[in-house]
Amino acid sequence: MSGSTRDAVLNRIRRANGARPGDPERAKVVAERLGTAPRGIVPKRGQLPQEERVRLFLDMAEKANATVARVADYAELPEAVATFLREKNLPAELKLGADPRFADLDFSQTALSVTHGASDGDDLAALSHAMGGIAETGTLMLTSGPDNPTSLNFLPEYHVVAVAAEDVAGDMETLLAKLRETFGKGGMPRSVNFVTGPSRSADIEQTLLLGAHGPRSLHIVVVG
Amino acid sequence: MQITSHTFKANTVKALADVDLQRALGNVERGFIGKRQKAVDALPEFDALRDKAVEIKNHTLKHLDLYIEAYVAKVEASGGKVHFAEDADHARRIFLDIAKRRKAKTVTKGKTMISEEIGLNAFLEENGITPVETDLGEYIIQLRGEHPSHIIAPAVHINRDQVEADFRKFHVDLDPERDLTEPVTLLSEARQILRKKYGEADIGVTGANFLIAETGTSVIVTNEGNGDLTQLLGKCHVVLASLEKIVPTLEDTAQILRVLARSATGQDMSVYTTLSTGPKRAEDPDGPEEYHVILLDNGRSNMLGTEFEEMLRCIRCGACMNHCPVYHAVGGHSYGWVYPGPMGAVLTPSLIGVDKAGHLPNASTFCGRCESVCPMRIPLPKMMRHWREKEFESHLQPQSQRAGLDVWAFFARRPKLYRAAVSFGMPMLKLLAGPKRRFRKLPLAGGWTKWRDLPAPEGRTFMQAYAQSGHAASADATGGER
Repeated sequence: MSGSTRDAVLNRIRRANGARPGDPERAKVVAERLGTAPRGIVPKRGQLPQEERVRLFLDMAEKANATVARVADYAELPEAVATFLREKNLPAELKLGADPRFADLDFSQTALSVTHGASDGDDLAALSHAMGGIAETGTLMLTSGPDNPTSLNFLPEYHVVAVAAEDVAGDMETLLAKLRETFGKGGMPRSVNFVTGPSRSADIEQTLLLGAHGPRSLHIVVVG
Repeated sequence: MQITSHTFKANTVKALADVDLQRALGNVERGFIGKRQKAVDALPEFDALRDKAVEIKNHTLKHLDLYIEAYVAKVEASGGKVHFAEDADHARRIFLDIAKRRKAKTVTKGKTMISEEIGLNAFLEENGITPVETDLGEYIIQLRGEHPSHIIAPAVHINRDQVEADFRKFHVDLDPERDLTEPVTLLSEARQILRKKYGEADIGVTGANFLIAETGTSVIVTNEGNGDLTQLLGKCHVVLASLEKIVPTLEDTAQILRVLARSATGQDMSVYTTLSTGPKRAEDPDGPEEYHVILLDNGRSNMLGTEFEEMLRCIRCGACMNHCPVYHAVGGHSYGWVYPGPMGAVLTPSLIGVDKAGHLPNASTFCGRCESVCPMRIPLPKMMRHWREKEFESHLQPQSQRAGLDVWAFFARRPKLYRAAVSFGMPMLKLLAGPKRRFRKLPLAGGWTKWRDLPAPEGRTFMQAYAQSGHAASADATGGER
């Protein structure tokens, strides 16, 4: 059924476009676009030197209602996370994935008790590592997998995300190139999550409310 | 859903008299227009990005067959499956096959307009499957047994106090004395109730803002995170999308994303832009076991190569209805089917026929705001005019209207006769109106005088007044008069 529908639909499209099946010229145009994936217009806003770029990233993230912090290196990350939870009056419990950048973190200096893996919905707070940040919009890019389970991005009420300063790019295109580099051309992890601030809804009288179905609070820690 | 587009006029009379609706509709102007403008003003490249977005979609539509083939190959390579659906009925049957095979009892749903287009919820219920809407707005209107009145703000026609009343009525397990006066308490209550549903669902259904040919990826853009939980925690993810959602590459998606959220809600980016490619991988700790895409045509391929092709560029941001004076006055339900506002006035006749939806392209003042804010520069007023022409060609208007147009055309084609007639008519009307200089009733003008007086002409025609003001030569050059 679906196979014949597929042919019928594709034939109608071809006819409407006045195209012959198997026209090598059209195939070439499409293969070229898919192959080269040309960049379009990249706004100037994020095109800044490293330090200013990180500052813009933090500003834009705050505009999107995220809270932000910055630490010099990974050794300071556990304390930064503990401080955030303490200031929010939250239990000192944290869920995180198997990201190698977290492997050497020493949580023993903090009061935090740490568990690993995906979230079953009962975790109040989670820590993830982003693959990168986008200064233009204050957006994080996270990828699925055992290192950073996608459920940690959505189920806990408080989400802390670490991102390396050197991974804060000016624009989305730079991170897309990085995805290609990591997963191969045309390859993708199961899920790529671009996250800009904590979840929200304006469905009741167009009044903005934070904390819809995803985290009520997003805390970004830039490392470096 | 029951189509009521053919009773548009009656729908609007009801809408204009609906006090709650009128109260709620005030939020459309307040909630969207200023925010969009602010976001647009903050991005100097916005108009250039619109041009780029138009170029991307036009290129894609010209090569749509090839991009669809490339997309399908990539989805299959990632372990997913694409099902082509000719029409709504076909799409429902495909869905039911998947649901039966999975022995599905509950289906959670992120926001999807294609689900509305194919009437999925009613169909699932008929087949003993429970659909659970998880978007806050969609959840509210599901409780109320209604349909969305806006493509991105489905419950924009409802007020806070109405939501409170509904929650008290349906959430009977909760303390009846609880305080629900703050909107955030309503949000928390819905969150709490829906939390349990995601993981219980046999299937999670979402729409798609984009389908990326390069990678076989579906993209959803949301603020609440409900769509994400739906597709992440359901054991099987089914994407409902129409053909024209295809874009070639990740980079093309990034271009259109920059105009989408700004045009829709005035955000630079929506909170969650999520790219999904296939089912859970071997090493993944979470994600759905199966990944399906139901790719719906439902009349769209027939729009290609016609004067309505440009409508297929639409990215469903809702800017046209947010800026439409007619939508502001009558709300989305008046349009009588899934897609309201200017985009609905063009798309609905394409999908369900101009015989059923002919009123919609007539429901426009042609003020042009919709086209001026459309991120994809779709010439909506021009297309509504095309529908009006088609409606006339198919003899769908009432006899009286056609007769009136014939009379007008007779005179309009004979400028001398036209001028003679109005030169005679204007003073006559002035005389008939008497000293009050207005008509409370006038034959053939009942539609006007039923609601307000018709001011009488002042006695001279426009051409006469124009000639007397010393512009005789250029007045002749304009050729006619109205």
